[in-house]
Amino acid sequence: MDKVGVITSFIHNIVLLNIPLLYGTVGEIVVEKSGSLNLGVEGTMAVGAIFGYICGCFADSMVVGILTAFIAGALFGLLFAALTVSLQANQNITGLTLTTFGLGIYFFVGNGLRASGNWPTISESLKDGFSDISIPLLSDIPIIGNGLFSHNVLVYLGIAIAIFMWWYLKHTKFGLRLRAIGENPAAADSVGINVKRSKYLHICLGCGIMGIGGYYMGLNMSGSFNASCWINGYGWIAVALVIFANWSPSVAIIGTFVFGFFNTLRVAGGSLALAFPDFLGWLADVPTQLYQALPFIITAIVLVVTSIKNKRGRSGLPAALGLNYFREER
Amino acid sequence: MAEQYAIEMRNITKTFGSVVANSGINLAVKQGEILALLGENGSGKTTLMNMLSGIYKPDSGSIFIDGKEVSIDSPEDSKKYGIGMVHQHFKLVEVFSAADNIWMGQDKTGPILKKNRFKYVEDIAHKFGFDIDPKKKVYNMAVSEKQTLEIIKVLSYGAKTIILDEPTAVLTVQEIEKLFGVLRRMKEEGHAIIIITHKLNEVMEISDRVAILRKGEYITTVNTAETNEQELTEWMVGRKIDLNIDRPIVEKTRPLLEVRDLVIRNDEGSVAIDNVNFYIRGGEILGVAGIAGCGQKELCEAIAGLRPIEKGQMIHKGDNIVGLSPKAILEKGISMSFIPEDRLGMGLAPSMSITENMLLKNYRDGRGPLVDRKRGRADAEQVIKELEVVTPSSETPVRRLSGGNVQKVLLGREIKAGPNVIVTAYPVRGLDINSSYAIYNILNKQKLDGVGILFVGEDLDVMMALCDKIMVLCHGKVMGVVHAHKTTKEELGLMMTGVLDLSEKHEDKPAGIAKDSLFESNNREEA
Repeated sequence: MDKVGVITSFIHNIVLLNIPLLYGTVGEIVVEKSGSLNLGVEGTMAVGAIFGYICGCFADSMVVGILTAFIAGALFGLLFAALTVSLQANQNITGLTLTTFGLGIYFFVGNGLRASGNWPTISESLKDGFSDISIPLLSDIPIIGNGLFSHNVLVYLGIAIAIFMWWYLKHTKFGLRLRAIGENPAAADSVGINVKRSKYLHICLGCGIMGIGGYYMGLNMSGSFNASCWINGYGWIAVALVIFANWSPSVAIIGTFVFGFFNTLRVAGGSLALAFPDFLGWLADVPTQLYQALPFIITAIVLVVTSIKNKRGRSGLPAALGLNYFREER
Repeated sequence: MAEQYAIEMRNITKTFGSVVANSGINLAVKQGEILALLGENGSGKTTLMNMLSGIYKPDSGSIFIDGKEVSIDSPEDSKKYGIGMVHQHFKLVEVFSAADNIWMGQDKTGPILKKNRFKYVEDIAHKFGFDIDPKKKVYNMAVSEKQTLEIIKVLSYGAKTIILDEPTAVLTVQEIEKLFGVLRRMKEEGHAIIIITHKLNEVMEISDRVAILRKGEYITTVNTAETNEQELTEWMVGRKIDLNIDRPIVEKTRPLLEVRDLVIRNDEGSVAIDNVNFYIRGGEILGVAGIAGCGQKELCEAIAGLRPIEKGQMIHKGDNIVGLSPKAILEKGISMSFIPEDRLGMGLAPSMSITENMLLKNYRDGRGPLVDRKRGRADAEQVIKELEVVTPSSETPVRRLSGGNVQKVLLGREIKAGPNVIVTAYPVRGLDINSSYAIYNILNKQKLDGVGILFVGEDLDVMMALCDKIMVLCHGKVMGVVHAHKTTKEELGLMMTGVLDLSEKHEDKPAGIAKDSLFESNNREEA
């Protein structure tokens, strides 16, 4: 491969491989802005992935896949909301439980279908639906054009959702009310905002978005079901990315690509080293485990940096995050 | 036809588990009237009002608005019926602007946030006669600004009846006057106003009628003009009590604690205490007055060794205590009890028993790695007996005690160690009259024993009666130290807001430095 081609494909892969992180992160931001800390991103994505993939394949329709993934994720969110909002269960424990539960469902359904020989495969038309769509003009820009502006429809959908949610949170009254609930549910309640309904709605919405991210991973793996889950820790990185993005869906786009850069180095490090032996040759010697650890190391650094410069009013951390709200609490 | 009330509550009962918070309460308020709801802590005032604001639902009884029976199931309903409540702990979103705090509850506005909402909110404020900066964030506001915002908020939602829960607790004398002016104007405009308070002078000044609750029961409602403070107290407490606070005169010792040129920064890194000089003698109570956030908290923490100091010296009986660990300072006999707003925040572990909380302070004295529970229990029993703490047993978790008893336990434990300097901040915060007087007696007894007491307080009347001298802080600077029996509330109020500065009054004698200082000469040269 020529040198330009290597760089283009490297950029292309940063986007292609890491968009599920964006779905997970934006979904979790929506959930956390309501004051609920859902650590079950990994499980929610897994549930969205398996049901989205299976239904999408059986119906041979990407739209059905996306909708099913969204609904499966949202139902998982509904479970979280019922446990934490209505029954006042501890959010951390519930989230962790949902991760285990979600992965359990994923393997239960997947292994069951495979063992009975009913595991669906992706049809050609579905593959076509997942193929790249080039944006005219922009994709003709040398080097980066093909890397950034020629992608499948779910990539565009993910970016669109992120931008929409940014606008929704910042510029609509629903977003204002949601932020009020995440900051001070008692204050929101006292001015007549329906705290419970808003929490339920946004937890389900956020978890639905995570579900689509899971579906994306299934499609990107071409539906090859094996011993390791498709989600493969992306849900956990998304939880960290929320902090990196300072609870802003638009910053989450940048965060996704920063994390994605290191994530992709793991895959593409070898070919980069081969293409530029003079100054990137050392990449071949870096153990892949380091790349796997890098997102978390970056998160740790970001946590330190943000807590140092954390001035009041600058941080997007919802003040009531992780606390259950009970109106009659004395 | 019977008189039409804006709000009438009939025979309201509310229980929490086995605790009866309200039992058969009747209350009515007319339009264009200010009703004071008077009662001690735990008498059920706030609970009763929260049933109007939709936070709680009554177990039985009925609520009438403009003569029609209604059911208030949520704050949304309450808003619909034109009831607005300004809670004691403001219900504001700190990171939002003033305008957004109001905007979030507006129903008849479009879904998209537009820039013109700031103008809209400013106009509303003007309409009601207030001046606010709609873009100012709540965390940048002073307490009185937040309260104004809360009032504008409920008015903007069309509230006809306005409930204020202890609105004056955090305000200075001047701010209280301003608030009362606002309330009188709202009354003239035909609003019905209910003001919760336990300060009798305010009741007499502002209200038209007074309703009195005692231990969850309704006592009576009287016209303010036909009663007096003594009578109200008897209804409120249930027996005659002496409203005078003793100020025993004690032989003073040489300075126990001296502070020179002290500079402390707060958590945000700005200067909280700015070049402060003062001293405390044994046998005197030095009051510290100031509006919230003027550096009292940081000062207390620094003396107890919990906060590093930027500059300056602190001398205890001639020994430097700057840089010592909290434990070492404790061993020198300086004890601190700080009662934060939520009362349980500092000093006691809420879910641990009284005995265990006693042990927190002296577990080190025991031998070996095992905790000597027996002695802790003995200590607990002694505090319970001496300070008349009302509790089922010494093994009851502290959070199950009422506020006054919690504070007695905290103070009792501090006194148990036999300190010679007591730093106490807001020891009667939120306490009713009986418990407050019990605390004053405890402090006076310590004073008689020659202990020096730094008393950070908020009620100026109390400080003027209890303290020997009062030091006033404003933005971390000392505005002067005055003799409590010679000063006036107005003078203190002006000093608290920084209008009056008495610190430079005697230029020949540096303020806050004792004549018989125990600073050694070498200390002085360093300084």
